[in-house]
Amino acid sequence: MNAAYRSDGYAFGFLDGRAKKELRRAMLKAVCLPGYQVPYASREMPILRGFGTGGLQLTLALIGPSDTVKVIDQGADDSVNAVNLRQFIALTCPGTTATTRTREATLIQTRHRIPEQPLRADQILVLQVPYPDPLIVVEPSEERRKTMHGEADYSRLWVKLYEDLVHFDEITISHRYPTRIAGHYVIDPSPIPRWDVPKLHQAECLYLFGAGREKKIYAVPPHTDAEPLTFDDVAFRVEDFTDPVSGQRYACARCGATDSFLDELIGEDGRKIHQCSDADYCQGRLNALQRMQNAPEAA
Amino acid sequence: MSADADPILEVKGLTKLHGGGCSRCLDSTGPEAGSNVCPHCGTVVACADVNLNLTRGEVLGVMGESGSGKSTLVRLLYGDEAPTCGSVLFFDPATPAASRTPIDLPALNARQARDLRNRRFGIVHQNPHLGLNFRISAGGNIAERLLMGGEMRYAHIRERARQLLMRCEVAASRMDELPGRFSGGMQQRVQIARALATNPPLLFLDEVTTGLDVSVQARILDLILGLQHQFGVSMIAVTHDLGVIRMLASRTLVMKMGRIVESGLTDQILEDPQHAYTQQLVASSL
Repeated sequence: MNAAYRSDGYAFGFLDGRAKKELRRAMLKAVCLPGYQVPYASREMPILRGFGTGGLQLTLALIGPSDTVKVIDQGADDSVNAVNLRQFIALTCPGTTATTRTREATLIQTRHRIPEQPLRADQILVLQVPYPDPLIVVEPSEERRKTMHGEADYSRLWVKLYEDLVHFDEITISHRYPTRIAGHYVIDPSPIPRWDVPKLHQAECLYLFGAGREKKIYAVPPHTDAEPLTFDDVAFRVEDFTDPVSGQRYACARCGATDSFLDELIGEDGRKIHQCSDADYCQGRLNALQRMQNAPEAA
Repeated sequence: MSADADPILEVKGLTKLHGGGCSRCLDSTGPEAGSNVCPHCGTVVACADVNLNLTRGEVLGVMGESGSGKSTLVRLLYGDEAPTCGSVLFFDPATPAASRTPIDLPALNARQARDLRNRRFGIVHQNPHLGLNFRISAGGNIAERLLMGGEMRYAHIRERARQLLMRCEVAASRMDELPGRFSGGMQQRVQIARALATNPPLLFLDEVTTGLDVSVQARILDLILGLQHQFGVSMIAVTHDLGVIRMLASRTLVMKMGRIVESGLTDQILEDPQHAYTQQLVASSL
């Protein structure tokens, strides 16, 4: 990044050594107990709580000078939250490289999306989490929630699914879909859409979840089962992008992809259009298409 | 009842103290002392040295005035509270008699106790707000019990909930309504349906008819008796209503100040009470 952003006034990674040590220990514990919410002393950060302080602390405790960082906000690299966090990382972590390319990154901090491109074993995805506990919707007391987690007592979450099916004929949870990790703890996978939930299952990469305001860290390690809660006779479904008029799946208006999570936008002509939510995935496809078009001319 | 009948519950020396306790607590409280607060250390003796046996398919009545320890006894047996000392042995009828080993309830860990309670016990509270979740539908309340018992098929849960509500005389068409929109009697029926969802061999009834009008009371009792005959459920019915005892229970315990002062066949107790307190209780209701 721009050398002007670098400041010698900060320790590498902004956090002091003790804070990093605590965060790393909490992360190790989280990896050892997949899905368990490890409490930690969330530090004051120079951004407000609720704007990704949990994810940022994990990123800063993990990052080393040889890392390449990507920051995603709702799939995009260029929205305010992502740009600010990326600049902050560049400012306080001299030597690191910033990128928008998923496949180049070694460390990815994200808000509300998991990249479309499958991640590799040498990549870590850090998710920013607003509400770490899936039981908060059914039990207000944290003490009782901890007991429920310990005893794997999740029947009340299923009751919520039951009530959804009764009243709406389908499960209406669009994001933060409760997901059972390694057959025991149920996690709130942060507000990722249902589309992204299957990516947690038996993944190559490590997923780390940091909740700064709620002071919790949890993890889905590589090659770990992640099952969205559902009934034996009601299958889990991801978002359906079928056009009700044509019966065909909507395609991305930019790159034409029919296999990605789409955002609905209002185009310049006032009509609804759909576009890939993952900006890097979309751009990668566009570049590939352009190369293919240019190739015959060059030959 | 003969001692070699098929037992389901054996309670020995069940005691619950609220407070520090001292060596003189048990001797200086009880019906003779006229108090269940220990004069030496101020400990409340909620329930002391309770022994009882329950056989399969039997209904045991527990009566006594307010503060006599009836509800504490149910809470101890159901596992809501841990006893100070004593044992509660549960003989699960689902396991074959030959290999049946009693389960000591207070010795179970929290998860084992919860599992056993969800699958093998049912409870009906006096107040439907204690037994039902009023923010979810009547069917959802029954589904919760089934889900706790490990049933994970949505279609089965729906069907079972419908059957249970119909058996308890709640219109199946109202199963998706919130219990807050039901009458008191219907709420009690939903509670009974919920308690029976996992076919438990043991049911606790804590003042089930208190607060209902007389005709509804009679129909709820009819329903409970019918269910008892149909499924052979063992029950412990706690009440201060002698009519309920007379109608439901074959044997009865009378409690006062945390102690059992009299026990025996219900007819015997009601017709020929031996203990002064029981005599007073029976006389006052006639």
